[in-house]
Amino acid sequence: MKDLKGRAARFVLLLGAWLVLTDARKPDEWIAGIVVALLAAVLPLFPRPVLGDLKLSPKALFGMIAYAAVFMKALVMSNLDVAFRVLHPKLPINPGIVAIRTRLVTPLGRLLLANSITLTPGTITVETKGDTFYIHWINVAERDVGAATKAIVGEFEKRLEVFCG
Amino acid sequence: MAETVFLVASGIALLALVLAGLRMALGPTAVDRTVALDGMTIIALSLIAAWAWFSGRGIYLDVALVYGLASFAGVVAIARYLEGGLK
Amino acid sequence: MNGTIGAFLALGGSVFLLLASIGLIRMPDYYNRMQTGTKATTLGSILFLLGVGVMRPEWLGKLLLLVGFVVLTNPVSSHALARAAHRIRDRLGKLEKAVLAVDALADDEAAETAADRSDTDAGNGEAKHA
Repeated sequence: MKDLKGRAARFVLLLGAWLVLTDARKPDEWIAGIVVALLAAVLPLFPRPVLGDLKLSPKALFGMIAYAAVFMKALVMSNLDVAFRVLHPKLPINPGIVAIRTRLVTPLGRLLLANSITLTPGTITVETKGDTFYIHWINVAERDVGAATKAIVGEFEKRLEVFCG
Repeated sequence: MAETVFLVASGIALLALVLAGLRMALGPTAVDRTVALDGMTIIALSLIAAWAWFSGRGIYLDVALVYGLASFAGVVAIARYLEGGLK
Repeated sequence: MNGTIGAFLALGGSVFLLLASIGLIRMPDYYNRMQTGTKATTLGSILFLLGVGVMRPEWLGKLLLLVGFVVLTNPVSSHALARAAHRIRDRLGKLEKAVLAVDALADDEAAETAADRSDTDAGNGEAKHA
């Protein structure tokens, strides 16, 4: 069931990309796109479609939008942070690698969390081992696993849990 | 007006490309060079889109897309190589 | 009008691209360079590409595809690089020392290796005994 959902999501995504790249007004392109996207989605090119972890419900959809908004805000904040650190004459950094532990269990959730960490202020994912993520922090504030988890991913984890726990 | 501002923007992006290239030349480690290469490909992606606008030909956007795909695969391949090849 | 808005968006994006490059030059080691490099080039290219999209709305679809692609792949490639850098840190250390106040990953790995070694030692001891 999850596999089927993942392959269906992959099909929709690939067909969408095809139609954006070609002329969506021509029926030929629809036929070619459907054939190619179907082949790519059904053939066992990848062992497990991660998109199957997406939940489908109105609540999950709103969760996705809320996550996108939080993500965009964090991306802008992290860039202002970068601008401050880069342009500061003294280069205020105190880097280190800390461990955090996530509650997310699905591969898609963990993938999105790792990517979100990389694009949010001062942090970048270095290594993941199961539920433990090792994160390079440009200005280490918390060394304890629990406190670091709360400081870095508290917000994202909550948002991601809604649609791909 | 718009054209002048966009020309300035492209010039700044080009300067960024040169600075990233400087880091690539300076190194000192292979990882530093690859980080610089990664940054340069993203900047080059933007510059290809800029060129598409200046020349008025949308086909360059497809070039940018394929270039992005290839360079992403390239950076990941280099990272994998560094992991195994330099141990 | 549209053209002016798009051009200014692109200008903002190019400033972030420049900040990324300044970060690449100024930051002291490869992890910090990844930090500035990844974050600032992502937002910079998003703004730049959206700027082009606002100036030429008929290209917006393709440019949004490009933006989505950059947002998804940029963190992945920097993650791959960071992981590689940490695994070969001894080799890299000869050329450039990474400044780290704390390294939980190296500590955990050291603890794991120590646990493995004591396991095998105990196993050998039993084998000898038999």
